[in-house]
Amino acid sequence: MNKKGHVPFIRIVKISERSGKDTLKIRIAAFISALAAGGLFILFLGYNPIELYGTIISGAFRSKMAFQATIRFMIPLLMSSLGVAMAFKMRFWNIGAEGQIIVGAVCASYFALFHDTWPHFLLLLVMFAAGALGGGLWGLIPAYFKSKYDTNETLFTLMLNYIALHIITYLRDGPWKDPGSSGFPKIARFAPNAQLDKILGVHFGWIIALILVFIVFIYLRYTKHGYEISVVGESKSTAKYAGMDVRKIILRTMAISGGICGITGMIQAAGSDMTLASSVAGGVGFTAIIVSWLAYLNPFGILLVSFLFSVLEKGSSVMQSAYGLSTYFASVLQGIILFFILGCEFFIRYKFVVSRKGGR
Amino acid sequence: MKKLLSIILVLMLALTLLTSCGNNEGQQPVSEGKEASGEGIFPAIAKEDIKVGVIHIGNPADGSGYSYAHDQGIVAMQKALGLSDSQIIRKNNVNDTDPTATEAAMLECIEEGANIIFGTSWGYMDTMEALAQEYPDVLFSHGSGYKSNDRNFNNYFGRIYQARYLTGIAAGLKTKTNKLGYVAAMGKDNSEVTGGLNAFAMGAYSVNPDAKVYVKVTNSWYSPEEETNAAKALIAEGCDVIAQHCDTPNPQLEAEKAGVFGIGYNSDMSKDAPKATITSAVWNWGAYYTWAVENVINGTWKSENYYGGMKEGMVDISPINEGIAAEGTAEKIEEARQSMMDGTFNVFDGVIETNDGSTVGEEGKTLDDATITGGINWYFKTVVEK
Repeated sequence: MNKKGHVPFIRIVKISERSGKDTLKIRIAAFISALAAGGLFILFLGYNPIELYGTIISGAFRSKMAFQATIRFMIPLLMSSLGVAMAFKMRFWNIGAEGQIIVGAVCASYFALFHDTWPHFLLLLVMFAAGALGGGLWGLIPAYFKSKYDTNETLFTLMLNYIALHIITYLRDGPWKDPGSSGFPKIARFAPNAQLDKILGVHFGWIIALILVFIVFIYLRYTKHGYEISVVGESKSTAKYAGMDVRKIILRTMAISGGICGITGMIQAAGSDMTLASSVAGGVGFTAIIVSWLAYLNPFGILLVSFLFSVLEKGSSVMQSAYGLSTYFASVLQGIILFFILGCEFFIRYKFVVSRKGGR
Repeated sequence: MKKLLSIILVLMLALTLLTSCGNNEGQQPVSEGKEASGEGIFPAIAKEDIKVGVIHIGNPADGSGYSYAHDQGIVAMQKALGLSDSQIIRKNNVNDTDPTATEAAMLECIEEGANIIFGTSWGYMDTMEALAQEYPDVLFSHGSGYKSNDRNFNNYFGRIYQARYLTGIAAGLKTKTNKLGYVAAMGKDNSEVTGGLNAFAMGAYSVNPDAKVYVKVTNSWYSPEEETNAAKALIAEGCDVIAQHCDTPNPQLEAEKAGVFGIGYNSDMSKDAPKATITSAVWNWGAYYTWAVENVINGTWKSENYYGGMKEGMVDISPINEGIAAEGTAEKIEEARQSMMDGTFNVFDGVIETNDGSTVGEEGKTLDDATITGGINWYFKTVVEK
């Protein structure tokens, strides 16, 4: 990279192997600095940091209802993170979870709105399948163009998000508009028959999410498909020389990745929104990208990370109202904490080398 | 692959079968036993123990507009009843088109022990209806909208159209171009918006029959950008007084920037645009909040809908900005206000001509409240849709 003789003062060097102990040390240091920096911010605004952090934790756990709310935050995040992790494992940059969630929700909502007299479990099953199918197809589109014309999947999936969002807006303002809304743009609430049942106070999406953790883990780790995904992720040429049908693998994996996101959409619509709202994905598909990478694409890691994210989300909301803070306050605090947590990943993989004058 | 799929399917089937046994726990209406239908379904609560939840679509800290006006009402209630700060639970910036966020905010209030929850925006309606069934011992009170039940879910709003009629007089007297602009949150089929708009147009018509009212719809209660754009478009159209039915003072700010005038809404917007805002149609939500919470404390809560007007002190106009108002505005307004107070004039009286040539109402009668809150889906004859 550099011309001979010229060595920059500071270089960034990739670390081939860091011991687990070192990694842990860096993580802990990052966590402590995150809390400290956030604490400074809180202090600067005239509050007691320890009290506020305490409120975040207690806000997420202090009662059965609080914990249920934390879990409710976690369900869509966990599921869509699992979805995108499948694609990322293959080094396919699926930034389109938002869109896949939405299209899944739209397809499922069709049955919830227009076939709500079907038997309850049949209806939910059909909605589930419709969600998976819708999300899967939305994921297949960029995969098809990638495998056929080698298009840039990052841009492609990203832009499909906006198209999906406009599908909801179109349906909401047009054919699916709630006649009882007196002008307010919204889609009717689902009949109870089309709503997910609750188990332990939370819609049963949490069980599906937990089952998915195991399924994705087994699929990636112990099946031929999972092996193929990681080979394609490492090197497409290797996969080709090994006789794998790369095109088929890309299509299949993206269909599954989008399908899982589509199921997320169905579960959010029928379990949480009880209608099809334009907020059905609500940014979860983007947060999922962070979650899955922080967890190194490991399904159990994703379970843990998405849980921690939900604690932060739920706790901040309690903190915000308990202290009469602006909602932006919580966002800034979350941003500071994320900055450090994500930043430390850099130091785990790279290090700065300061070169002394005159070289070695 | 096939094996995996079949495993998933079997799991799904087993799950749904399992769960459909314990079906719909939360959905069943719980209030089977309507024990006391008369006075006080709920026991009195000690003043020190009551907790009040408030769900705002915006942020009261904005210092102006819809959420601010509501919060001023909450503060007035708190003062009047002597409640401490910790007895008020505020959830701000809760998007009313996001049912999940709405539910999460309300559940948080319930978890923190709220006895009554005020939801201030239209879109909270369906979520409140569902939660009222699920939590029969918590009171849900919804501002705007039209749903309620006979136990713990009521609806409150006010005759803001009365105030709008008066502001229409100020606008009609002021305009030089005979073009009044109106930034409307919702389209023609929303009775709340359209009724208010008609009242404004009728007020203007009463003093200036040549004044037309140009409408621009934003399709959102709270959309700072859209509100600005709508005002800009109306000013470009030649409107020289911009009235509004939306949550932010942005149309007033645009009017001031363009050197034209405006009629504010929700709170006194001459604070925001002192050179433009002639007067504002304002809410005094405190009148209702104090009444409602007092009833809860005394154990006299009944799930009845509240629809207060000028007489109850629920709506009014802010002091007229004498520096910019046309001459004689105060007198004309006072005259109309008196006739509203003594009940000789109710705005939607007699036969009213609409802008498509048809007529509404009957001679010697006035529109009933059900029609005013839910059935005004026509524009007054001077209204021009843009």
